[in-house]
Amino acid sequence: METHFIVHDKADTVGVMVVENAQPGQELTGWIMETDETIALKALDAVPLGHKIALREIKSGDTVLKYGHDVGRAVAAIGKGNHVHVHNMKTKRW
Amino acid sequence: MGRYQFFGYRRENGRVGIRNHVVILPLDDLSNAAAEAVANNIKGTLALPHAYGRLQFGEDLELHFRTLIGTGCNPNVAACVVIGIEPGWTGRIVDGIAKTGKPVAGFAIEGNGDISTIANASRKAREFVQWASEKQRESCSIEELFVSTKCGESDTTSGLGSCPTVGNLIDKLDPLGATTCFGETSELTGAEVVCASRAATKEIGEKFMQVFRAYQEVIERHKTSDLSESQPTKGNIAGGLTTIEEKAFGNFQKIGKKAKFIDVLKPAETPAKGPGLYYMDTSSAAAECVTLQAAAGFVVHLFPTGQGNVIGNPIEPVIKLTANPKTARTMSEHIDLDVSGILRREMTMDQAGDQLIDIMLRTCNGRLTCAEALGHREFVMTKLYQSA
Repeated sequence: METHFIVHDKADTVGVMVVENAQPGQELTGWIMETDETIALKALDAVPLGHKIALREIKSGDTVLKYGHDVGRAVAAIGKGNHVHVHNMKTKRW
Repeated sequence: MGRYQFFGYRRENGRVGIRNHVVILPLDDLSNAAAEAVANNIKGTLALPHAYGRLQFGEDLELHFRTLIGTGCNPNVAACVVIGIEPGWTGRIVDGIAKTGKPVAGFAIEGNGDISTIANASRKAREFVQWASEKQRESCSIEELFVSTKCGESDTTSGLGSCPTVGNLIDKLDPLGATTCFGETSELTGAEVVCASRAATKEIGEKFMQVFRAYQEVIERHKTSDLSESQPTKGNIAGGLTTIEEKAFGNFQKIGKKAKFIDVLKPAETPAKGPGLYYMDTSSAAAECVTLQAAAGFVVHLFPTGQGNVIGNPIEPVIKLTANPKTARTMSEHIDLDVSGILRREMTMDQAGDQLIDIMLRTCNGRLTCAEALGHREFVMTKLYQSA
């Protein structure tokens, strides 16, 4: 079974697309590296290779978790299956 | 002899190199032309032109000397010709390199002019390169190897695949007594507390935090934005990295899960606490960082890339690995090891780490890296502030 996205840590709120041509509406299969679990998720956007996809709803202002750690904050409401990047997420530093 | 061996050049001071360069080293920007002329005259020598060396002062000047002397001292260098505008500082570089016991000679341009300096330096370089060409490789063990790492044009695949592959190698080689080094102070922003917890002692962790805070002060003083497009770079962002915190945790995968760092080095400072993992205070710009690590005596470099940074270094071979399948496909001439199988779940991290050890030992034995074959020799001095 093809893995479409990978999640570092069980606690993470985003995963990383590892295929090049995922389409909106596509049913995706993800792999959580930490726990070796497989999860399913429906893509809402065309998320490019290497870009992040939200694993759950993330409210504006919420901390985004990756590697099980704080990697920034949402600056717009993000739905489960949405593309997460510079348009809706910012650093908390600098 | 352990499981991992390689054939290297044992130098006069006991250190082991994996290349056999005769370097023509300019003290300053003014001496680049003569150094390059000598390297053109004498085949098999290597000039290292750079932009600095005039009117520097204080800590910045100390770093200039430490970088140039360290470069000449690197065991990948068999012998060195130093050329400077005047004899005083030229001699300081020569004396620093001479402490290794390797052949070194200095030439100054003032009072002689370029042409006679080039002639005299070329005669010495001819002697050195023929002498060096008779050096033989001998069997060496992993505890004699100094390995540095730094990643570049990272993307999210770096944190998923190529950086943890380097981490797997470090987890395996650290207990065997290899000397390893990571750096990139600004690129630990967000992961600094986790990084400090990987210091061997609380004191070393605090030393790291002092260095980290000092670098943050520089950024805070000069920044005009949140550094987006600089750190993370435009390429990082194109590859899916959004924030410095996210980039930092990916970068941090390079030191694996087990090894503790045993000291915090100044830029270009030679490790002095024996085998183990070292942290070095460096810029996160690839050529600056690798140049500093080579000047500290590291002889082979592991460079994970996501979007395809093409860097090389004239002194230490740079081995590139990527987990990004698109980069592996579109930039294959730059990639020494493709670990994109990790993302397809066709390759385990343990297998990727073993493949990296294999390509590293083959590189140590003399195999040219992609960057060497393509002629990438980015020698970039770090400058701390304006000259006087």
